Amino acid sequence: MIIELGHFTLILALLVAIVQMVFPMVGAHKGWRSWMAMGEPAATVQFLLLGFSFAALMSAFVTSDFSVKLVADNSHTLKPMLYKVTGVWGNHEGSMLLWCLILAFFGALAAWFGGNLPETLRARVLSVQAAVGVAFITFLIFTSNPFVRLAFPPMNGQDLNPLLQDPGLAFHPPFLYIGYVGLSMSFAFAVAALIEGRVDAAWGRWVRPWTLLAWLNLTVGIALGSWWAYYELGWGGFWFWDPVENASFMPWLIATALLHSAIVVEKREALKSWTILLAILAFGFSLIGAFIVRSGVLTSVHAFANDPERGVYLLAITAIFMGGALTLYAARAGQLQSKGVFGVVSRESALVANNVLLAVATFVVFLGTIWPLVAEMVWDRKLSVGAPFFDAAFTPFMIALAVILPIGSVLPWKRAAVGRVMRPLWLAMLVAFAVAALAWTVQAEKSLIAPMGAFLAAWLLLGAANDLWTRAGRGNIASKLRRMVQLPRADWGRIVSHGGLGITIFGIAAMTAWAIEDIRVANIGDRFEVGRYEVSLDDVRRIDGPNYISTIADVTVLRGGRVEAKLTPEKRFYPVAGMPTTEAAIDNGVFRDLYVVIGDPQDGGGWAVRTYVKPFANWIWAGAIFMAIGGALSLSDRRFRVAAGARKLPSGVPAE
Amino acid sequence: MRRWLVLVLLIATPVFAVQPDEILDDPALEARAREISQGLRCLVCRNENIDESNAELARDLRILVRERLVAGDNDTEVLDFVVSRYGEYILLTPRADGANLILWLAGPVLLIGAGTIAGLFLRRRRGGEAEQALTVEENQRLVQLLDE
Repeated sequence: MIIELGHFTLILALLVAIVQMVFPMVGAHKGWRSWMAMGEPAATVQFLLLGFSFAALMSAFVTSDFSVKLVADNSHTLKPMLYKVTGVWGNHEGSMLLWCLILAFFGALAAWFGGNLPETLRARVLSVQAAVGVAFITFLIFTSNPFVRLAFPPMNGQDLNPLLQDPGLAFHPPFLYIGYVGLSMSFAFAVAALIEGRVDAAWGRWVRPWTLLAWLNLTVGIALGSWWAYYELGWGGFWFWDPVENASFMPWLIATALLHSAIVVEKREALKSWTILLAILAFGFSLIGAFIVRSGVLTSVHAFANDPERGVYLLAITAIFMGGALTLYAARAGQLQSKGVFGVVSRESALVANNVLLAVATFVVFLGTIWPLVAEMVWDRKLSVGAPFFDAAFTPFMIALAVILPIGSVLPWKRAAVGRVMRPLWLAMLVAFAVAALAWTVQAEKSLIAPMGAFLAAWLLLGAANDLWTRAGRGNIASKLRRMVQLPRADWGRIVSHGGLGITIFGIAAMTAWAIEDIRVANIGDRFEVGRYEVSLDDVRRIDGPNYISTIADVTVLRGGRVEAKLTPEKRFYPVAGMPTTEAAIDNGVFRDLYVVIGDPQDGGGWAVRTYVKPFANWIWAGAIFMAIGGALSLSDRRFRVAAGARKLPSGVPAE
Repeated sequence: MRRWLVLVLLIATPVFAVQPDEILDDPALEARAREISQGLRCLVCRNENIDESNAELARDLRILVRERLVAGDNDTEVLDFVVSRYGEYILLTPRADGANLILWLAGPVLLIGAGTIAGLFLRRRRGGEAEQALTVEENQRLVQLLDE
C-alpha cells in the first residue's frame, strides 16, 4: 500500500512541478504577482511529495518487500541494514528518484531563502528549476519507474552488487548528486537572468553560494569515489579516466571556473556573459554526465543501465535544455554590459587566465571521452582513448594553473604591479625549488614527476601562506594575527582551498612516482622484503560473513625488526551475486600507506601476495577535503548570509 | 554453506592482475612489459588495461607481450604486433595520425585560440582605462575637498 502511495505522490509531484513551471513564468512576464507567488508553495509541496515518495521506496528496501521489482533485483534479506538503506540509490531507478528529490530540495531552498531576490527573478528561477524537475520526473515515471510491482514475488532478492556494499561508495552518490543537481540552480539563475536581461553584482553574489554548495559536494563526492577505487577496486589506483569518472570531473572543472568568474561579476561587474555561459555549461556537463552514465554508449566500469530508450530520453533532455538556454544566450548575451575596466596585469586577468585554462582542459577531457564515439561514427575507426592520453593532454593545463595561482590570488583588482606582488613570492619560489631539488635527490629513479609535484605543492602552500600574510596587512605580528582572525571567511576559504590543491598535487605526484610494488608467491610462514619493510605471511584462513565467504590472510609488516602493522587482506565471494571482490588491507599513514592484497592459491603451493608501499597516498584525498572545507568556509561568509543588503545598497560592495 | 563452498571452488578462481609466474627474470625487460601492458586495453573488460585486469584474456595478452619482448622485439614492434592482431581498439593511447590529430591537437590549438581571444578582450578592457582616470580639474577638486 505504501508503495502505491509513493507512486501516487510521485505523479502528484509531477503535476505540481508543471504548475511551478508555468505559473510563475507567465506571472513574471505579465507582472501578475499572485501568479508569481505560486512558485514558493509549489516548490515546497513538490519537495514534500517527492520526499514521501523516496521514504516509501526506502521503507520497501528496509523491510525487504520483494514484491517491488526494484527491491527484488537489488536487495537481499541477509544484506546489512546500512546497505539496505543505501541500496535505494545503488541502482538506476532509485538513484534517479534521489536525483529528482535533490532537484526539488534545491527548488525549495530557493523558495525558502530567496526572500531577498527581486520578485520576478525569483519566480523565473523557480520556474526554470521546475522545468528541469518536470523533465526528470517524467523520465522517471515513463522509463525507469521504481515502484513497479511483481506479480509473483520471489522468496529472496538478487543482492546489491558486492562492490557497492561499502561505506565509501554508500555515500558517494548522494554527494555527487547534490553536486550535479546543485548546478541546476546556477543554470536556473543564468536562464532567469537572460530572460530578465539583467546581470549585475547582486546576481553574481546570489549565484555564487549555490555554485559553491554544488562544487563542494561534488568535490567530496569525487574524492569519496576515488578513495573507494583506491581501496576496493584492487591495486591502489585512484583515478582511471573512465568515462563515468570524467562525467563527474567535467562539471567539477567548469564549476570551478564558474566560481572564479562569478567573483569578477560580483566585485567588478565584468565577464558577465562569460559567467552566464559557464553557468549554463556547468549544468550541461551534469546532463551529459547523466547521459554517459545511464545510456551505456560509452563502455565504462561503472555504467548503470545500458538501455537505449533511456539514453535517447536523456539525450533529448540535454538537447532541449542546452539548446534552449544557448539560443536564449545567443539572443541576449549582447545586451549584458560589462562595466569594470582593468589592466592587463590585474586580479581580473589572472581570473581570466584561470578560466581559459580550466575551460580548455574541460574541453580536452570532453573530447577524449566522446572521441571513440565520434571516430566510430565518422571515420569508422574503432579505437580507445585511455588514461595515457588524458595524463598527457590534461596535466599541462593543471601545471600551468598551479604556477599562476599563487601570483593571481594576491594581485590587486583593476591594475597591479607585478614587481611588488612578486617580492615575497620570489622567496616562496626559491624554497619550492629547494623542495623539488630535495625530492630529486631522495628518489632512486630519475623521473621528473615527483620533483615537479613537490615544487608545485610547495609553491601553492607557500602561496596560500603568502596570501594570508599579505591579507593581514601591515604592522607587527600581533596586529597581523588579530587581523588574520578577523579576515572574512571567504578569504580563509580561498586560502584553505588553494592550499588543499597543493596537497592533492603532491599526493598524486608522489604516489605516481614513488610507489613500490611487490608481487610474489608466498607460503605461510614466509618473510620477504618490500622497500624498507619486511612482510611476513602468518596464516590464511576461511571465514563466513553475513552474506559472503572470505579467504583471509594474517600479514605482519615489520620495519627494522619492530612490528609496523598487522594486516588482514581478504578475498570475498558473494554467492548470491556470484561475484568475488578483493578487500585490500591498508595501514594508513601520513607519509605512506602499506597496502596488501591476498590472491589465489598457487598450483605449487603458497598464495599470490601483492604488497605496495604507497607514499603520501592520503594526501590526495586530504587535499580534496581541504578544498571542500575551504568551500564550506567561503559559503559561511557573512556577505552571503546578508546578501539582502547587496540589492538595497549597490554601492556597498566591501572594499577588498 | 557447504554448497557455497563448492560454488566458490568452481567459480571463484579469478586470475589476478599480474601473476607471480608471469613476471620475467630480467627486471629491465619486466619494467618494459609493465609499461606496455598499461597502455593496452583489456578487450573483454569495460575500461581496464591488461596490467590491472583480472580477465583470462588479459593474462594471455600479458604473456604474449612478454614473449615478444623476450624474443627481442622493441616496444614499437610489440605494439604493432598486438595491433595487427587485435586492431587499433586495443591501444589506450590513440595513435596521432589521420583524424586522431584533431584529438591530439585540440588542447594546444584551443589554448592558443582562447588565449588570443582573452588577450584581445583584456586589451579592449584596458582601452577604457583612460576614461576612468581623473582629469586635471577633478584632481584639483579632490585636493580641495581633502584640504577642507
